[in-house]
Amino acid sequence: MTLFKTMFATLIVCGAGTTEVMANLHIFSCEPEWAALAKELVDETVEVYSATTALQDPHQIQARPSLIAHARNADLMICSGADLEVGWLPQVQRQAGNAKIQSNAPGYFETSSVVPRLEVPATVDRSQGDVHAAGNPHIQTNPHNIALVASALSARLAQIDPPHATDYLTRNEEFQQRWQTAIARWEQALAPLRGKAVVTHHKYWVYLLDWLDLREVATLEPKPGVPTNVAHLAEVLTIIEHQPVIAILRTPYDTPQPSAWLAERTRIPAATLPGTVGGLPGTDDLFGLFEKTTEILAKLVDGTSP
Amino acid sequence: MRNLSWVTIALPLILWSAQSAATAAHKDQTSADISALRGELLLLKSTYANQIAQLEARLAQAESTLASHAAPPSASALPSELPTPSINIPQRMSNALNPDVSLVLIGAYAAHSTDPDRYAAPGFVLPEEAGPGVRGLSLGESELTLSANVDDKFYGAMTAALSVEDGETALNLEEAYVQTTALPYGLTFKGGRFFSRIGYLNEQHAHADDFVDRPLPYKIFLNGNLGDDGAQLRWLAPLDQFVEFGAEAYRGDSFPAHGALDHGVGTYTFFSHLGDDLSDDWSYRVGGSYVHAEVGERATGELPDLFDGTSELAIADVIFKWAPNGNPAERNLKLQAEYFRRWESGLFNATDYDGTQDGFYLQTVYQFQRRWRIGARFDRLLADNTGVGVAGTVLDTLDHDPSRVALLLEFDNSEFSRLRLQYGYDDSSHATDHQLLLNYIYSLGAHGAHQF
Repeated sequence: MTLFKTMFATLIVCGAGTTEVMANLHIFSCEPEWAALAKELVDETVEVYSATTALQDPHQIQARPSLIAHARNADLMICSGADLEVGWLPQVQRQAGNAKIQSNAPGYFETSSVVPRLEVPATVDRSQGDVHAAGNPHIQTNPHNIALVASALSARLAQIDPPHATDYLTRNEEFQQRWQTAIARWEQALAPLRGKAVVTHHKYWVYLLDWLDLREVATLEPKPGVPTNVAHLAEVLTIIEHQPVIAILRTPYDTPQPSAWLAERTRIPAATLPGTVGGLPGTDDLFGLFEKTTEILAKLVDGTSP
Repeated sequence: MRNLSWVTIALPLILWSAQSAATAAHKDQTSADISALRGELLLLKSTYANQIAQLEARLAQAESTLASHAAPPSASALPSELPTPSINIPQRMSNALNPDVSLVLIGAYAAHSTDPDRYAAPGFVLPEEAGPGVRGLSLGESELTLSANVDDKFYGAMTAALSVEDGETALNLEEAYVQTTALPYGLTFKGGRFFSRIGYLNEQHAHADDFVDRPLPYKIFLNGNLGDDGAQLRWLAPLDQFVEFGAEAYRGDSFPAHGALDHGVGTYTFFSHLGDDLSDDWSYRVGGSYVHAEVGERATGELPDLFDGTSELAIADVIFKWAPNGNPAERNLKLQAEYFRRWESGLFNATDYDGTQDGFYLQTVYQFQRRWRIGARFDRLLADNTGVGVAGTVLDTLDHDPSRVALLLEFDNSEFSRLRLQYGYDDSSHATDHQLLLNYIYSLGAHGAHQF
């Protein structure tokens, strides 16, 4: 009986033609933020896999067998690009035996290619540390970039899965509306940060700083990717002695000791921002990510340490 | 209740099907049209929205580029004041289609308590590269690799190693192959000269090794590693776990084979690997491989020993890696082991010979903080050779099983410059050798992606 009812219900639903399951797509995301964004644009029949977590430095992980296995079955690969994954992704692509996700195929989507990139060096030399010829790859810390990526990503989904093109584009429209409303709310809450100075652990936050008009007066790493040392910390100390700095920012995977050391000496609060989805409790999706980030940053201007 | 249910289902169903039957064709047509139009409209809208966004982004970039060009060069005084806006890509245009180039420079200092020229591993013939190297200061191999996607369906790479041997500069073509990137069903084909995918270390170039020298079984059974002119077909199963199977055929001109027998297909191999993550912290890969080599008049040693026959090799390999939360940047651990068994039969210096030989190594490397790693390795060989001509030759074990212990201390200024200090206790023969090896590995150019 129940079976019959179910069949009948299904029949009506199909007849009405309102919803249809999307093809059983497999999405391989290099970073958790793009997995979260993909989930906003697809329904639950689409399998979304994230190759890294918020506790992993996406520059440093290895081409583990599990990544190759998931890349083998992927229809779409979403990565930040700008050389962020250069240490492992080429191996994964070459070993995956999957034509769909090779760099020249429509199934490979590089999010940094659709946003204006910051810190593109005029010349690249490894003496500068881990610099990226294509610019700073940590684009997800500015919500406007997320919006740009969402539109381009929905168009790409429509391209690789034409029967459901309308669904992806409609979902993007809906997402954009919710997202822009949220951005307005976050921007309002964070307006008092304008022009304030911060110290960061790694050159991870340039897009966030650009968004909020914050100034980065020093980084704890002497050069990108080069571990911090006492001599450099002393230098940072002299830089920040003469100007008011509201916080020392780091990601959940940056080692906490240098910021703790500096915070103790300067009484400037050291703050861990989630960085990406899953970085801190309550950041299970993109909205949560920026809610949490806003909450932490807003407390800094209030003067209450996070 | 039952009847009522039937009616509630049947009545609308009948009504609905009658109605839809009457208008189905027409309605389907129209709704499909509308949905298609709606889709096109949205796609158009989104495409334009994207293009406009991108144009705006470019405009912003152009403006800021102009601004930064107009600004005096003293801007470097406050580098972190302004995030430098991105400039467009023209600088890269001239070499955008060039292959990736990478250069590896290796140099070493070695102290040995026993003359390396007297090196022996009783029970085993020594291929060319099996010895412990030279005393004192020396330049290792300088490796040049060029690689790129050939087109949308192929990838190609070449690695040439320059080394100085007896005062002569030697150019050794290590690898030169093309590989498919677009075969269906998880298949990959590779052709040319390349390192075999058997075992764990075999496919890896020596500069990516954790220790200064290769483990004994690799040195003795494979002359460092198996690489030859050949073809490889590999299949990756459509599973969430990594499961691959592969087969290779080679010319048969590289150790352990010789003479390119069987019409120039003297070696073939099979291999399989599987791997996965056990948790956020642990991942592993295990594998099994088999090599069959036809050997024709293979000469080894000073007064050459000649071998004619077949050489078969089976390898089991296992590697476990640990990193807190899967983030190896600060701390990580590697546990690695491989077991080799070789069967040889044929004519050794024109007399019948059968040999069963085993070899294994166990090693672990621990990065206890950023830049610093320590490691330990144990390797050992066991031989059981029978034949009338064995006694008194290199195949005579002299009641000794070769074994070694190595301890490693490594400092990496960055992932591109590595300094290693290794102590070795080499008990390959009765003349024990204490070794102190110091070596550097510098990598220049394209950022090579390492295999797991």
